[in-house]
Amino acid sequence: MAVYIDKNLCKGCALCVIRCPRKVFEISSEVNRKGFTVAAAVRDGDCVKCGLCEKTCPDLAIRVAG
Amino acid sequence: MTAAPQINPLRKYVREDRMPHFFCPGCGCGQVLSSFLRGVDALGLDIDKMTAVAGVGCTARIPVYIKMDTLHGVHGRTLAWATGIKLHSPDTKVVVFAGDGDAVSIGGNHFIHAARRNLDVLMIVVNNFNFAMTGGQVAPMTPPGSVTMTTPYGSGEPPFDLCALAVAAGATYVARTATSRIPQMDLAIEKGLKHSGFGVVEVLSQCPTHFGRYALGSASPAKLLDWIEGICVSRERANSMTSEQIEGKLLTGEFVHKSRPIFKGSTFIQESPSDKESAFIEGCPDKKGECRP
Repeated sequence: MAVYIDKNLCKGCALCVIRCPRKVFEISSEVNRKGFTVAAAVRDGDCVKCGLCEKTCPDLAIRVAG
Repeated sequence: MTAAPQINPLRKYVREDRMPHFFCPGCGCGQVLSSFLRGVDALGLDIDKMTAVAGVGCTARIPVYIKMDTLHGVHGRTLAWATGIKLHSPDTKVVVFAGDGDAVSIGGNHFIHAARRNLDVLMIVVNNFNFAMTGGQVAPMTPPGSVTMTTPYGSGEPPFDLCALAVAAGATYVARTATSRIPQMDLAIEKGLKHSGFGVVEVLSQCPTHFGRYALGSASPAKLLDWIEGICVSRERANSMTSEQIEGKLLTGEFVHKSRPIFKGSTFIQESPSDKESAFIEGCPDKKGECRP
């Protein structure tokens, strides 16, 4: 796993979805305890670890490891 | 302290019990918060020697989530507080977070005088083009023609150019950047944190809930970022454009970066430690008419 998303902090704004150059993210159907549909790194294997999602996320929810 | 690999390392600066923060999904204030924390982290600043000041508004909620000394709550008077803190303890690094309404509408007078005095404070102005917390009313930075809650047929007022105002009033570091350009925003905030003197970083930010819905007809943060990107022109690029092409655009980049004596109080202070000792301790001990400081 290269990309970790804290589901409790994610608000499903989809900024990571539009910003990721490799289209790693998608908004899933999973609902967190605040009622937001959270983002998921569905194509995790395509990640090149540029870190743009981590910088873009307004909720400090994303971490790109390594 | 090393955080777990799954956790964003910036969260060591954040009050965890307050998270998730109150900003709407896709709000630019969260991006400014994380950009500021990246700047603090990159420069290795000691957050115990920093104070964040904020007034009222969405932007003013940013310091609530930062684990440092924080003042929050008087609308527009952020710079008055910052002046007091800076004069009492000049070693404290003071950062002011203000929205466009807080900075140039309610606090407009404080803003120009802090710039004139060159108060040693960094002011991060998050410009989301309206008064967002109260429901999306027209603000001094709303673009002309925009529909807002209080201007249903379009705003007829010309907006402020905050950076030009800051430069004219005498600020020593002025930059405009946008949340659609994260690396540039990081750079501007980091430079502002390093700068000694009155620094103003204006960040054009998206408000999907109010400005997006009223003025642009969309609550999608992505569409707002595209709109912001459309009205931004870098200063270098603007040099080769005609005045018609620049009409209605906002120039981004660094407007001024210079040094000037910083504000240390309204009157000159004579600093002579030997005089202080002889004259002010227990009246005048030597009684030879040398009581004058």
